[in-house]
Amino acid sequence: MLNLTINGKAVTAPEGSTILEAAKYNHIKIPTLCHLDNIHSIGSCRICVVEVEGARTLQAACITKAVDGMVIETNSERVQKARKVLYELLMSDHNDDCLNCKRNTTCELQELGKMLGVEQSRFEGEQSSSPLDVSVSITRDLSKCVLCRRCITVCNEIQGVGILNAQNRGFETVIGPGMDLPLGSVNCSFCGQCTVVCPVGALKETSSVEKVWAAINDKSKRVVVQVAPAIRVAIGEEFGLPAGTRVTGKLASALSYLGFDDIFDTNWAADLTIIEEGTEFLNRVKNALTGRKSVLPMITSCSPGWIKFIEHTFPDQVAHLSTCKSPHMMMGAVVKSYYAAKLGIRPEDMFVVSIMPCTAKKSEIVRSEMKNNGVPNVDAVLTCRELADMIKEAGIDFVNLPDREFDVPLGMSSGAADIFGITGGVMEAALRTVYELVTGRELPFDKLHVTPIVGLERIKEATIKIENPLEQYSYLDGLEVKVAVTSGLKGARILMEQIARGESPYHFIEVMGCPGGCITGGGQPRSADPEVREKRLKNLYDEDESKTIRKSHENPYIISFYKEFLGEPNSHLAHELLHTHYVKRGKYNEHTTETFVLDVPKPEKRSIRTVKAAEPQEMPETVKVRSREELESVTILNLEAENKRLKRELEDTLETVDILKRVIADYVQQGK
Amino acid sequence: MDSNVLCKCREDSEEQKKYDEIRNIIDLYRGKEGCLIQVLHAAQKIYGYLPLELQRFIADALNIPFSEVSGVVSFYSFFSVKPRGEHTIRVCLGTACYVRGGKKLVEHIQKTLDVELGGTTSDGKFTFEVARCIGACGLAPAIMIDDVVYKQMTPTKLDSLLAKFYERGGEK
Repeated sequence: MLNLTINGKAVTAPEGSTILEAAKYNHIKIPTLCHLDNIHSIGSCRICVVEVEGARTLQAACITKAVDGMVIETNSERVQKARKVLYELLMSDHNDDCLNCKRNTTCELQELGKMLGVEQSRFEGEQSSSPLDVSVSITRDLSKCVLCRRCITVCNEIQGVGILNAQNRGFETVIGPGMDLPLGSVNCSFCGQCTVVCPVGALKETSSVEKVWAAINDKSKRVVVQVAPAIRVAIGEEFGLPAGTRVTGKLASALSYLGFDDIFDTNWAADLTIIEEGTEFLNRVKNALTGRKSVLPMITSCSPGWIKFIEHTFPDQVAHLSTCKSPHMMMGAVVKSYYAAKLGIRPEDMFVVSIMPCTAKKSEIVRSEMKNNGVPNVDAVLTCRELADMIKEAGIDFVNLPDREFDVPLGMSSGAADIFGITGGVMEAALRTVYELVTGRELPFDKLHVTPIVGLERIKEATIKIENPLEQYSYLDGLEVKVAVTSGLKGARILMEQIARGESPYHFIEVMGCPGGCITGGGQPRSADPEVREKRLKNLYDEDESKTIRKSHENPYIISFYKEFLGEPNSHLAHELLHTHYVKRGKYNEHTTETFVLDVPKPEKRSIRTVKAAEPQEMPETVKVRSREELESVTILNLEAENKRLKRELEDTLETVDILKRVIADYVQQGK
Repeated sequence: MDSNVLCKCREDSEEQKKYDEIRNIIDLYRGKEGCLIQVLHAAQKIYGYLPLELQRFIADALNIPFSEVSGVVSFYSFFSVKPRGEHTIRVCLGTACYVRGGKKLVEHIQKTLDVELGGTTSDGKFTFEVARCIGACGLAPAIMIDDVVYKQMTPTKLDSLLAKFYERGGEK
């Protein structure tokens, strides 16, 4: 332990702590802005400066190691003044249109200003200007960027894609993809992790809220909503509930109160995905074992960020992807075919909204493959944060809502579907069904959890041996099915490089684009709880275990759906509606012309003043007189000012003439 | 990493030769921490400037993100993403040169060479820039063409100097 003196009190702190950590350990709060615990510490914003005895300058607490015997002042007058000046300087080049900012009241910069007690802004100067960069998924508003570089760390170190980096220098510095390229035109996966860590309104999802309100208010549309599994353990946080609280029933209620016509559950489509993907996997294995053409390992395709990543980074390996659409796209396709026919409504008159923990899903729905008969499967994607905003806007008291069930038939799901939201969950759900289908026995794990692939590690693997299969699967007898699971694009890259080298030992791989899976997707609530991932994970597993039906193939509404509509898994109709193909994009989009840039016209400002001026009113006489007087006095003041200026100029000129005269005199003398 | 897909513009062999040369240099540096700046220097020397395509080529060859390469290129004013002229004229606008007519030289060059500040003449002969004091205040107004300083410049002297560059490509 280290012995320190902080603010005059003798304290201790663990060896190796930074000053910030040592203070926190002793319940002393040092304000920070750019710092992110365990992820990003570069000391660039300097807000966390403290006074250290013996040091000439103030030290950034987040990057300065505490040393035994150190004497630290975290709140001296010098520190307070420095922090205020730093803050005001930050604000001097910040677009402080706070009232119209998406992050108003959830902005870390705003909160910091309040904490520092800043009530004025003394510095005025040049403002850097950057055009708004709007892609289908993510909007970059650099007028609000504080250059904390959290997004750079997340994009480069955590996800390993390196789309965002600092460009230019000094006042001109911007964070971006380089050479002024818009985000929608480069190899960004749209995972949205940058939007989660951005402390201000510089990086955020491109809003679909208005579009969804318009659909709800359009009486000619049947508006169907569906919710991804990970939303039910996260959205409560937006209403002050503890991290990971399960709010499935309240969520369904809120959606009904918002005015959606059908409240369905993406979980149902997750069960459907398992049947389709499981069948596809068995076919691929069968083909491989019987010497036919087959591509293994097969990789899951539920995560559109991951899909875009592989299309850019490993375009030659897209055949490894399962051809299954992601669950919410399947739901959209089913709603606009099976369900529309049931209701007798044209698919064009239906509007499908997906509530997703994801920003990449916003770009997934505009892909040309995600249409059937020219009608898009899904019309709008809202992130979890956007839905929370809508619920607040509608004045719904979320926390006190009664529980409600999802609507049938597309709202009923098994526990296997719930865990689609966690890394390892899709694999586990698939194994529960495939193993039982092949052997006739339940998956041999406690509570059906495939323990080796449960948890938040980057790459997890498991081997499941098939013994005594049912007769029709006898060719699988003795096969050791090797599976791998990864979340986050850094892990995905490792597994893909292995595949590209031809060294992958696996049959089946699950990839989710965000570290931890959808529970911490790019569209999820920003949490201050350091254990948010563990909490959401645990609660989603609890949701699974709370259900009577825990295997996708036992979902009665899936069984009846195949009987009534699709026929067999992977049938012709299933392929048409539920399967897709992929685009080889290349790192620099060299194989495609498709981009995801949105051209958004600037909203026209309606000026209240011009409206008034359009209809002139007769002014009362007194006002007229006064204004004429005012006009005259202004003219006089102007003349006086002009006079003063001319006088000064004359003085200057006379002085110059004087100097010149003396210079000439000097020269003349020298000449003599 | 298939760099051939990247650049469809490299059909002519002159271009290809430059890329090959840059590739050789990258091979020398590969794996060495912090070699990006050296590679960019060499690449600019060979290619003349660092266009988007070349930056992407370097990013791929060094296996680093493009945004990192462009970040470094845009940070240092020495690197240029636009084609540069055969020669670079830098007119000093430090205090001494400024008061002794540096500004007139700037205007004169803009007019006679028909080139914007920071731009390159249409014949690709000169890139025109200004410098903030080149440390030759005693020779004011001074200009530099490439690495050579020319002292006490006047528009007339400048005209004959530039003419020499057009005649035999240099003064030496």
